[in-house]
Amino acid sequence: MSFFQADNLAIHFGGIKAVDGVSFDVNKGEVFTIIGPNGAGKTTIFNLVSRIYEPTAGRLTFDGVDITNVPPHRVAALGIARTFQNIELFEHATLLQNLLLARHAHKKSDFFSELLFLPSVRRMELEHREAVEKAIDFLDLQQYRDSMIVNLPYGVRKVTELARALCTDPKLLLLDEPSSGLNVEETEDMAFWIEDIRNLLGITVLMVEHDMSLVSAVSDRVLALNYGRPLALGTPAEVQAHPEVVRAYLGG
Amino acid sequence: MVALGFVLIYKATELVNFAQGDLLMLGAFVAYMAVVWWGLDYWLAFLISVVTIAVFGALLDALVLRQVIGQPQFAVVMLTIGLGAMFRTFASVTWGSEIYTLPTPFGGVTTIGGVTLSHQYLSIIAGTLVLCGALYAFFNHTRIGVAMQATSQNQLAAYYMGIPVKLIFSLIWAISAGVAAAAGILLAPVTLIDINMGLAVALKAFAAAVLGGFGSIPGALAGGIIIGLIELYAGATLPEGFKDTAPYIVLLLMLIVRPQGLFGALARKKV
Amino acid sequence: MRFLFKTSYEQDIRLFRDQVDASWYGLLAIVVLALPLVMSEYYVGESTWVFIYAICGVSLMVLVGYTGLVSLGHAAFLGIGAYAHAFFLTHGIPWIPSVVLAVLITTASGIVVGLPALRMTGIYLAIATLAFSVIIQEVFSRWESVTHGFAGMPVEKPVIFGVAFDDERSFYYLCLFFLVLTLWLTRNLLRAPTGRAWIAIRDSEIAAQSMGVNLAVYKSMAFAYSAALMGLAGALFAHKIAYLAPDIFTILLSIQFLLLVIVGGLGSLHGAVFGAIFVALLPPIIAILRDSIPASMADAAQATGIAPLGVLGEAVGNFLKKPGVEAGIFGLILVLVILLEPLGMYGRWVKIRIFFSTFPMYKAATFRRQKAYMRSERLR
Repeated sequence: MSFFQADNLAIHFGGIKAVDGVSFDVNKGEVFTIIGPNGAGKTTIFNLVSRIYEPTAGRLTFDGVDITNVPPHRVAALGIARTFQNIELFEHATLLQNLLLARHAHKKSDFFSELLFLPSVRRMELEHREAVEKAIDFLDLQQYRDSMIVNLPYGVRKVTELARALCTDPKLLLLDEPSSGLNVEETEDMAFWIEDIRNLLGITVLMVEHDMSLVSAVSDRVLALNYGRPLALGTPAEVQAHPEVVRAYLGG
Repeated sequence: MVALGFVLIYKATELVNFAQGDLLMLGAFVAYMAVVWWGLDYWLAFLISVVTIAVFGALLDALVLRQVIGQPQFAVVMLTIGLGAMFRTFASVTWGSEIYTLPTPFGGVTTIGGVTLSHQYLSIIAGTLVLCGALYAFFNHTRIGVAMQATSQNQLAAYYMGIPVKLIFSLIWAISAGVAAAAGILLAPVTLIDINMGLAVALKAFAAAVLGGFGSIPGALAGGIIIGLIELYAGATLPEGFKDTAPYIVLLLMLIVRPQGLFGALARKKV
Repeated sequence: MRFLFKTSYEQDIRLFRDQVDASWYGLLAIVVLALPLVMSEYYVGESTWVFIYAICGVSLMVLVGYTGLVSLGHAAFLGIGAYAHAFFLTHGIPWIPSVVLAVLITTASGIVVGLPALRMTGIYLAIATLAFSVIIQEVFSRWESVTHGFAGMPVEKPVIFGVAFDDERSFYYLCLFFLVLTLWLTRNLLRAPTGRAWIAIRDSEIAAQSMGVNLAVYKSMAFAYSAALMGLAGALFAHKIAYLAPDIFTILLSIQFLLLVIVGGLGSLHGAVFGAIFVALLPPIIAILRDSIPASMADAAQATGIAPLGVLGEAVGNFLKKPGVEAGIFGLILVLVILLEPLGMYGRWVKIRIFFSTFPMYKAATFRRQKAYMRSERLR
């Protein structure tokens, strides 16, 4: 029984079949990458998995639980976290507040005890802070703790997206183009972090990526998509050599 | 017609101009001034007023609104509210706070199919139809119109495309202000001119714009007609006092059930 | 130059940043408590207005500044709280339960307004609250059995546990107490997950959902809490104004509250208080200027021999005496604040403070923002 499974997933927007008959499964502890030209439906799949979109057909199973009809805000509690391709950070809050917010799914305080800021709330806040600091240490974000996101450079924001996703304590991490907009050095850092996430933190990673060197470096298995349809599934080497994939990317 | 002005500005700049009603009021006052104080002919006064207010609208954009580009929508809405208040005070100081009447050449009535319509009303209807038609054609079929739509959706991209964004914004404001002035002048014989005439109309026009769908010009027209009909019905059939609130109740229901109005389109952010 | 040295996580959670901050606030507390003993009754009365408006400011700040939900009809909630409280008082219910009931009723109406709000964005929500406000105003004038309609409804001074708060000074302390309570409760919420969830909703609803924030629940909570505060303010407002009528709770009042939060500084509790000071004190200041400007200008003209000064003073005085000028001045200040100081009074205060604390190394570009382009908020 695989960790995460998409069965015949499909979504139609009017007449456009953005995703059509996509099936794949992700094993626990692996890094699974989805590749494909722009518009192939990769981010759409992510939006389906994090339940922002409703699928027209198909089923999603995570850790044995059918999540096809789960409301979007329940996804974090189930253990799925994601980053966004175009950064969706909370711009007018500090980095620390952004990360603390990621702990929301693990919140145990209710409105009235927060209203009075009971000692239990205080204790929980400190626990959340400890958890968040681990992510900050992992990604070297100490100096930016109290900066407003509006004031941070792009590279730092990308890393913050990752940090925020990690703070939700996920079992499955969805990374949407983690290297887009990053220079070579930053991409290398990203590769190391993804490996650490898999090896040290034991988190399963589902990734969408364009940068082939990054894909080859960290992925265990790759799925290639085009026009919402699966083309090939296998190890990075296999998929990159597959004739259909070559044709989709290079044309002709 | 006022709804038209709202929709225009919203379509182009995604801002809601709460001072629209007050521009209407200013238009009416200028026309009054032209006709009564200076003794000019009605149509000339009409033209002068529309042009003056249009220029004023463009200036407003160039000098004031330009500064707040990039700020959240809410801030700009509040800005227009503040401006509206200033306009009212200006009118109060310049023209005094009593009620005035505007002499027009639309006396008399016509009977069509058993319904008696005064020429004043006919002029309003005619004016609105002409304007709506013209603007609809303008937006969808001329280069400038299409350019305006482009700038409203993504300003930066529009700049890159070589569209003179600032000029277009000013143009939109000019047109919208002009429409408001025209509305004010046409409305003056019916509601009489005073400082607060803009507010009352603006609220209802708002309701009309929402009903029809905020991004759609024919919607503004449809919305206006519907609101008018509702008011009529409510006044005739419901108990006292509901006449004024009926449009709002309908508005509220519409927002709950179908926020994009009858003709509007609801968009969703793509992440 | 003071440097904040952090040694524990507690520091970020505490109410006051450090000892120095706490002592400044302590000083403020002493001053505010002592004021009624030295000020005349008139000014004590005006200060009470500041407190009531400040509670309204906090209410709107939570909804608009922190959660990003714009309400153009908040005066309706004030009215509901005021009328409910007055109604219960006239039926013999003691003060505290009456206030509690009023708050509950207002909260309920807040939730009622909030429910459709879940499906609306930005400007549509604002329009909906506007429509709601108009409808409620109509209800106030029609529901004569409860509100006495246009005949008005007198409200007596509060009597709590047999103690009558019928002079300006005691009422001052009562309002101050509730303001401090409001500030403390709200600050608690804001440094807890609920407050963070609100900010998240303001900045990115989609990301908030991905983090586990149930949008419907938190938006409703924002409306409910905001309405609850307005209900409390309404009860105090009813006593202060002593005579309720439907035409008090107009859209113009709602806009005044919005003015309050913007001029004060959107997104901070300090802003609510600053804005309240501004909005409550401006009309009396205009009234004073109305008479004093012509007089002092005339004196200056005489002293310096420049006649035009006197004429100018007369003109300004006449201008200020015209009806409806207040609204225009409010409008002008609103426009100026949005154009020149979007961060409001609190923002300016922070800038001044930073100037002094980093002197002489203050750089003019510290707060200069990058040129921003308009992005379509339709696709939010």
